[in-house]
Amino acid sequence: MDVDLRNVRPYGDTMGDGAVQMSFTLPIPQGSVAREAARQLVLSMGFTDAQVVHDEDIGEGFTFFVVYGKTAASVDSTKIIPTEPEFEVWEREECNRRIQEYFGRPLVVVGACIGEDAHTVGIDAIMNMKGYHGHYGLERYSMIEAHNLGAQIPPEELLERARELGADAILVSQVVTQRDSHVLNLTRMIELVEAAGIRDRVVMVAGGPRIDNALAQELGYDVGFGKESYAEHVASFIIQELHRRMDDGRWTP
Amino acid sequence: MIRLGLDQEQIARLRKLAKEIVHGVAPIIKRNTTVSVERAIVRLMGLDGIDNDGVPLPNVVVEAVRPRLGDGVARHVAAAMLSTGMDINQLGTAVANREVDILSFPEPPEDELEDFWTEQTSFTMERIAERVKERNEYMKEYPPGPQPWKYVIVATGNIYEDVTQARAPALKGADIIAVIRSTGQSLLDFVPYGATTEGFGGTYATQENFRIMRRALDEVMKETGRYIRLVNYASGLCMPEIVVMGAFERLDMMLNDSMYGILFRDINPVRTFIDQFFSRMIDAVADIIINTGEDNYLTTSDAVEAAHTVLASDLINEAFGLAAGLKPQHLGLGHAFEMNPDIEDGFLMELAQALMLREIFPDHPLKYMPPTKHMTGNVFKGYIMNALFNLVGVWSHQGIQLLGMLTEALHTPYLHDRFLALQNAGYVFNNARHISDAFLVNPDGPIMDRVRTVMDDTEEFLKKVNDSGLLDAISNGWFADISRSPEGGKGLDGVSEKSPAYINPYIRSFAAYLGREEELEKWM
Repeated sequence: MDVDLRNVRPYGDTMGDGAVQMSFTLPIPQGSVAREAARQLVLSMGFTDAQVVHDEDIGEGFTFFVVYGKTAASVDSTKIIPTEPEFEVWEREECNRRIQEYFGRPLVVVGACIGEDAHTVGIDAIMNMKGYHGHYGLERYSMIEAHNLGAQIPPEELLERARELGADAILVSQVVTQRDSHVLNLTRMIELVEAAGIRDRVVMVAGGPRIDNALAQELGYDVGFGKESYAEHVASFIIQELHRRMDDGRWTP
Repeated sequence: MIRLGLDQEQIARLRKLAKEIVHGVAPIIKRNTTVSVERAIVRLMGLDGIDNDGVPLPNVVVEAVRPRLGDGVARHVAAAMLSTGMDINQLGTAVANREVDILSFPEPPEDELEDFWTEQTSFTMERIAERVKERNEYMKEYPPGPQPWKYVIVATGNIYEDVTQARAPALKGADIIAVIRSTGQSLLDFVPYGATTEGFGGTYATQENFRIMRRALDEVMKETGRYIRLVNYASGLCMPEIVVMGAFERLDMMLNDSMYGILFRDINPVRTFIDQFFSRMIDAVADIIINTGEDNYLTTSDAVEAAHTVLASDLINEAFGLAAGLKPQHLGLGHAFEMNPDIEDGFLMELAQALMLREIFPDHPLKYMPPTKHMTGNVFKGYIMNALFNLVGVWSHQGIQLLGMLTEALHTPYLHDRFLALQNAGYVFNNARHISDAFLVNPDGPIMDRVRTVMDDTEEFLKKVNDSGLLDAISNGWFADISRSPEGGKGLDGVSEKSPAYINPYIRSFAAYLGREEELEKWM
């Protein structure tokens, strides 16, 4: 297969055809005007060959469309800097062994879903004994002392508990993203940690289905984990980050 | 209808165990009251509104009585109203303005008090009965659609936007509209007031918001000729108050689980058991269908391994509900289609669970929840999972089918997500309407094997819970792998032991209405 990595386009059935499938709703009643409006809208997005393959009245004067179009746009994939965190993923036993070897004591990890957000599903998946999808949670790691505070924890309380427990890492989960509440909460948390003067002592980890590493780093976290992340990813990153800080003389166990 | 031919004696044993389990907490429910029960009492009397700082008057009045909450707010309110001649709203305002000390009035003579409460409770009963009558008349004139009822959720945060989002699916076949509450409302120890346009992940449950949505759905009813049911959430710290609001505004269903708040919102167990009981009595009087939240067990535990905890919790919810005067047709017991889609024969296990629950709870409008845990950004695969879920729903005659959204786990539903969900359910329900008449279940096949395993596991589990007592079982983490202690959790400070002078005049009138004076005597 001959792919031009400097000019990558969507693929339908022919290299470079730029085929895109999309669906959306317009707030106008179904009919020929609506169909033409959908077509013109897609053309104005820069697509060519816009084909409205389906339109349907979905009530209250709204119309739903399925449209195909072709785009001439392309990306140079060779210029993209990866946003995924770079670290090696170790299995649970390997994590335990490395903690013993590097630090000689268990690591303390404190986590919560902060603010009004009532979803424990993310933090539970990473921290609870049972874990998620067959990946055991941090509570099952013999060299990690895991404290899951649950959901709806004010950032102030998470900080206070982390200090009491002598946390080496703080996990901050956010599931709800409506009105950017996750950004506000994550920012508030990092500001508190910095104001308390303990930023160098703890690894700050953000997580949630709509969180990615780039956003987390932009907000001042060490790393962000989105979907398809499990306890071993989080544990491996924390160990490697602390080990790095230890080597630089910025952190002692 | 498929008959699995379940062991009826085993079912009777399961019910008996559940009944014993819930009766174990009856004394603790009877011994105490809560701020939310007391606030519900003044709401039942007609108190509504807020003070100058925006504090709801029911909170103002109950706070004023707080030092003697064990007597019940009713005792002090009655004394104040009889002495001053004020009505309940004048009294609430006077307390808010610090014009009266509600604890300062003399105890009225017994006969005067008797007449006072007869008048108050009949005012309330009439107000609720009026709504029930209205519902029955509408349902006669505009018959609701057949089961499984198609249930969709709106959650914009803005009640007026919710109306748009609700009208469209109602016009396109939805039978039930649920307005999801703002994240965190379950932990507020008051009910917000008035129409609201700001919320996170949902819209505040307020009486005015209930009214606005009710009006909108009644309009759609007249346009489509179908009664559209309205649902809201009476879980959290204000359970009984929200049911009062729902009863007054003709909500048709309320999420009203006996243990959900304890396990998933860390609300104190004693507080929750008292609140759920009184709130379910109000549901019973107002002919409101409750929905229970067993689907939540499967978000923290594995759906295959934890299937028996769902049945066990359904039986416990049923036993609590029946004790409070609800009838089987009011019990929308919950379960969910949450098994990992990669499992071989997972569909058969889901079907087994749904058919089993249907046969154990034959007259109950079971509430079936769609896949959420294993939904991904692959909306196309998710749409197929929802189709299989709908097939199980129609095959096992579910009562309430909460429609899965193909964008579950991505964002709150877009308008067309709901439309596609309705189309999916409409297609499957219609296309396979009589599937259950077409097949028998092989008595030696995989479905029956699965059913027997789940029932045996449930019996063993219920025995264990009964031996330790429900409160200990919860603190041992036997439900949903979550441990909650009776001395912990939110809202414990709102629980007070009743004094010998305690009165709740509504218990007597509700019990009489429900024909359950003797049974309810053990509980409240």
